Amino acid sequence: MKVGHAAWAFATPALLVIGVFFFVPVLAALIVSLTDFDLYALADIRNLRFVGLDNYWHLLHTPDFWRAVANTGYFVAVGVPLSLAASLASALLVNSRLTYFTAFFRTVFFAPVVTTLVAVAVVWRYLLHTRYGLLNYALAHIGIHPINWLGDPHWALPAIIVFAVWKNFGYNMVIFVAALQSIPADLYEAARLDGASLWQEFGRITLPMLRPTLLLVSILTVAGYFQLFAEPYVMTQGGPLQSTVSVLYFMYEEGFKWWNLGSASAVAFLLFLMILAVTALQLRLTRDAETS
Amino acid sequence: MCAVGCGSPAPQQRLVSVWAMGREGEVIAQLLPQFRKLHPDIEVKIQQLPWTAAHQKLLTGFAGDATPDLCQLGNTWIPEFVALKALAPLNQNLARSVRVQASDYFPGIWDTNIIGGTLYGVPWYIDTRLLFYRRDLLAEAGFADPPRSWEEWSRMLAAIKARVGPERYSVLLPLDEFAPLLVLAIQQPEPLLREDGRYGNFRSPGFRRALAFYREMFQRQWAPPIAGTQISNVWDELGRGYYSFYISGPWNIGEFKRRLPPEQQGTWMTAPMPGPDGPGASLAGGSSLVIFRRSRHKEDAWLLLEFLSSPEIQQRFYQLTGDLPPRRSTWGAPELASNVYAHAFREQLERVKPTPKVPEWERIVTDMRLMAERVVHGDLSVEEGATDLDRDVDAILQKRRWLLSRGVTP
Repeated sequence: MKVGHAAWAFATPALLVIGVFFFVPVLAALIVSLTDFDLYALADIRNLRFVGLDNYWHLLHTPDFWRAVANTGYFVAVGVPLSLAASLASALLVNSRLTYFTAFFRTVFFAPVVTTLVAVAVVWRYLLHTRYGLLNYALAHIGIHPINWLGDPHWALPAIIVFAVWKNFGYNMVIFVAALQSIPADLYEAARLDGASLWQEFGRITLPMLRPTLLLVSILTVAGYFQLFAEPYVMTQGGPLQSTVSVLYFMYEEGFKWWNLGSASAVAFLLFLMILAVTALQLRLTRDAETS
Repeated sequence: MCAVGCGSPAPQQRLVSVWAMGREGEVIAQLLPQFRKLHPDIEVKIQQLPWTAAHQKLLTGFAGDATPDLCQLGNTWIPEFVALKALAPLNQNLARSVRVQASDYFPGIWDTNIIGGTLYGVPWYIDTRLLFYRRDLLAEAGFADPPRSWEEWSRMLAAIKARVGPERYSVLLPLDEFAPLLVLAIQQPEPLLREDGRYGNFRSPGFRRALAFYREMFQRQWAPPIAGTQISNVWDELGRGYYSFYISGPWNIGEFKRRLPPEQQGTWMTAPMPGPDGPGASLAGGSSLVIFRRSRHKEDAWLLLEFLSSPEIQQRFYQLTGDLPPRRSTWGAPELASNVYAHAFREQLERVKPTPKVPEWERIVTDMRLMAERVVHGDLSVEEGATDLDRDVDAILQKRRWLLSRGVTP
């Protein structure tokens, strides 16, 4: 009993803070998502209507919302594997005994993570510029016509994916480097004595030993990439033709541009459900892979 | 409130808090010393807001009961803040005022401040859209004067395009701006919303005519299908002749003067908007000065508003900012009369029309822009675009209809 009391006494401050700053706002948002809270309701609360699940129903029948879901899905499906591959490849490189200046490269690869997104977005806008951009200049040398990167609805999202991958891969790289360094060196020595090739070492030792890290990193990255917002916000403002509107960007416009807080809260919960479903699926797949 | 000196009648402190945006927020401080001379007992506190954050800050200020006494407000935002019941009506102040005379203001601009017969703001400076163009390129194409009608304009656009070839264009209509299409639309006789703002009216023949002309300018490659953010520098590109016409506002007079090299200064000019059949209307944009309903210093705020609206101060304001004044009497000043680029604006100001005064307008006009972008890209025909837009706008106005049906004036 005494121990129980003491435990509660220690936990209460933290629980209070979590309750006030997390559970209460989430509950409030859930309630708001069941109303048509908007500018008129802000003026006079009598203009607020309780609409049940109408916001959700409307969203599921709004083509622009599905467009945002599709864009986000595309971004996650292409961006996450690319991002993980880039992180792992660079981690292997900076961790290799054959590489010189590893500390230097580690810093260089990590630099995009800590630079201000808005500042690098400006630089990238110049790189991607249709007429004066470095990228199109390089492509012209191999005979490819200038591509309107941020202005063509087919190319804008790929351009954003490349930008986001470049911006974020350094973070996961650091986690991978730490995991690589914790793999016992004698495993590799034994493999080499048995005459294993580099590929075999990678496939039979490195990847299996990295599995828990891979799971963690992929879950974090999927959750992070689902919340795509800042990149389109500064690069394209959702255009051209809504091709870079993500779910979060859609929510931002509903909530803070149009002040439809009811509908925006509903978007937030739908996004939460999406991330929850995908994460559950990931865990399930990993567990299946482990048991088989 | 009673913490200090409640018993003794302390002299009433006369403090006016002011919120102003962007460059105007910087400049307003330079006008104040003169106000202090006139009213030494009134203290003025200015807070500057960046334009990008202004709307959100005003709404949160309203929600948190922290609005200022006097505020600069974009005149298209007035209906929204009137719907919030955030603004004080000014009819009585106006009736008593000698310095603010409604008849001296351009009627289209003045009208944007009147909602349901009540005056909620006094225009501070105006912002309308018209043509910036290259005189030399137009002359080379064989035209001495800027266009007066759409038909003349089309002929010029075609002639210029024929001369500059596929790499360059005749006109810039940035796809991320709603203003160019909105200007063409507001020139039409039909209103953009019908039944007191209950439904969209975008299927009207007028709007479809405007949309068809807008699309034609892209289809014939007179205009490049790009957003403004994709042009690194709109001023240099006009200087290079990437396009010869550009629809923009008064702030660009100063920008073109500053950014184009001296040898190019004689090559550009401004002209009023051409209309469907002869000189056309344009937007009645700009900023107004408003007083918040919750202000406890309304009379002092009105004194400051009157001061900022007086022709002498507006002349100085023009010198400091380049913002064009909304009063006819200010336009007689030599600085403005000698600015050749401002003449077209003076003419255009007699032909400006307010956009529909519903709080949802900003969203409606954004939807209009998105629809137009799809029409330009060929995803929708003009008919489909107009029909789709009406459907979306009717949905946006659903709550307004509900409020009106209950007898609430939103």
